[in-house]
Amino acid sequence: MADQFAALIIVVPLIASLFVPVFGWWKKKLCYPWVVAVLVIPLISSLSVLNTVMTTGKFSYRLGGWAPPWGIEYMLDHLSAFVLVIVSSISLIVAIYSKKSVEDNLPEKTVPFYTLFLLLVTGLMGIVITGDVFNLFVFLEISALSCYALIAIGEEGAPMATFNYIIIGTIGACFYLLGIGYLYIATGSLNMADLANILPDLYHSKVILVAFAFFTVGLAIKAGLFPLHTWLPDAYCTAPSAVSALIAPLMTKVAAYVMIRLMFTVFQPNFSVNMVPVMPILGWLSVMAIFWGGIKALAQTDLKRMLVYVVVAEVGYIVIGVSVANRMGLTGAILHIMNDAVMMACLFLVVGAILYKTGTREIHQLRHLNKKMPFTMAAFTITALSMCGIPPACGFFSKWYLILGTIEAGQWVWAAALLCSSLINAVLFFRVIECAYLKPMEPAYALNGGETKHEEIQRDEAPLTMLVPIVIMAAGVILLGIFSGKIISSVIQFAVPASF
Amino acid sequence: MLDYVISKYNFWIYIILMMIGLYAMIGKKNLVKKLIGMNVFQSAIILFYVSIGVKAGATVPILSGHGHGHEAIDVASYINPLPHVLMLTAIVVSIATTGIALATLILIYRKYNTLEEDEILKIRKETGA
Repeated sequence: MADQFAALIIVVPLIASLFVPVFGWWKKKLCYPWVVAVLVIPLISSLSVLNTVMTTGKFSYRLGGWAPPWGIEYMLDHLSAFVLVIVSSISLIVAIYSKKSVEDNLPEKTVPFYTLFLLLVTGLMGIVITGDVFNLFVFLEISALSCYALIAIGEEGAPMATFNYIIIGTIGACFYLLGIGYLYIATGSLNMADLANILPDLYHSKVILVAFAFFTVGLAIKAGLFPLHTWLPDAYCTAPSAVSALIAPLMTKVAAYVMIRLMFTVFQPNFSVNMVPVMPILGWLSVMAIFWGGIKALAQTDLKRMLVYVVVAEVGYIVIGVSVANRMGLTGAILHIMNDAVMMACLFLVVGAILYKTGTREIHQLRHLNKKMPFTMAAFTITALSMCGIPPACGFFSKWYLILGTIEAGQWVWAAALLCSSLINAVLFFRVIECAYLKPMEPAYALNGGETKHEEIQRDEAPLTMLVPIVIMAAGVILLGIFSGKIISSVIQFAVPASF
Repeated sequence: MLDYVISKYNFWIYIILMMIGLYAMIGKKNLVKKLIGMNVFQSAIILFYVSIGVKAGATVPILSGHGHGHEAIDVASYINPLPHVLMLTAIVVSIATTGIALATLILIYRKYNTLEEDEILKIRKETGA
């Protein structure tokens, strides 16, 4: 059993997704407990895998017993086990949260929603765990296809946003597929470890350069890196609450993970950093992503749309950490994959809860939300402080490492961009916090009959299935910050390539 | 120069097809034409993969009489089946993508009664959505 955990992570949600329609046909109410129960297994499995990796080092799982490079291999090292735990825990928490949100938003579509939800989780975890570049493409498309369908059932404007996402996302995936083709022409192999052995002799070859270029552009599209992010805001904003809470933290981060994996495992860091001039380009694009995302977020009055632009900026953070190409920067990038996933999940869960309770996402209509929904708003405030980089919340630590990385690389403008972005985030989130906590009564109330009427504001907290995930995530923001030193020393420092 | 083009004609064809697809996806206003462009784009990549498995003078990779292990297999006389197998998966993926895109187009048509992108943008601007 224990040595099959790696396979269970993929197989259990994949097969379970096929059973959702069966349960839904029998009794619709069974879908939700089934999905939550199923998603516990990948979480336990990935925790056990991470534990194995931490005690005995990296290992690989041969699917069906076929030896690599012919068979498909699951590669489990510190980086993939770490990201697996993030993906499985956040998907479980969003699944718990989804109950009320789905009943409210999509009462007719519960069954397809949960089927696609499990398929999306399967795809995301497959991308992380696989050690085969073509298998990665298949999982990339499984996650993308279920994501398209999940976004399309969203609110008004969703079909148009989905169609744009399909077109651009397919270009990204096809570029990735072309990259595989070029690598296969040059090496005759699809296995990542095998490719890493064969490639160093071929680094002068133009075919390899073209493959690398296709990989980088394709994954930049999938990660939503500026200026290839245009599909992202509409698609994430129009998706149903439970869907955006799953895809906003995970989709772009998993694409960033693939970028790190290809640049530093399949290709040697020496090639990616010194032989192709890709790092400065990515770095400057990320700086633009940070500013563009921040400025566009400032212009929004819709809370969810504001957060979506923050996602665009956060992708910039991770890619800056990759492109400084030193130990500090990459540590920051990997830590930020985790921190950003937790923070974004928390923020989108809060927005979903606010939408469920008040029916609005306009920032100026959020007055007195601190009295109506005290716990939800407290979670929002904690995460907002973390986004601004205030210790001991986790956002501070990843940003600290990222800034140290840029300083070590001598990229002062990049460091300044990271600091500026903290300021922009402070303005962004304090605008919301001010509205919710500090704004006085609306004048209409005050002028009512010449006397100031203090209407008692009823406490109207989100239902428990929503509140518990939100509070867990907010606690995670603090705890991950406090324990970030331990996380770095026991996991992330081994995930950074040894040559850094 | 001409020899160079002819000797690698499979790559030229795939690049031309791919650019046609890319142009349709970016340049066309009609959403169905965009979708067809996407299909051309994907087919170009499939053709590229199929062509890289081919070897001059080789035959289909079906082995007969090799079951007893006393004859070695001459790799050069069989075309490489692996890219073709990969493309079976890619074809499935592209069909699924087309299916979802068509379903989305139905949703769009029901809503706006048109599939021209500029008209949809106009309607959205007028209704403020």
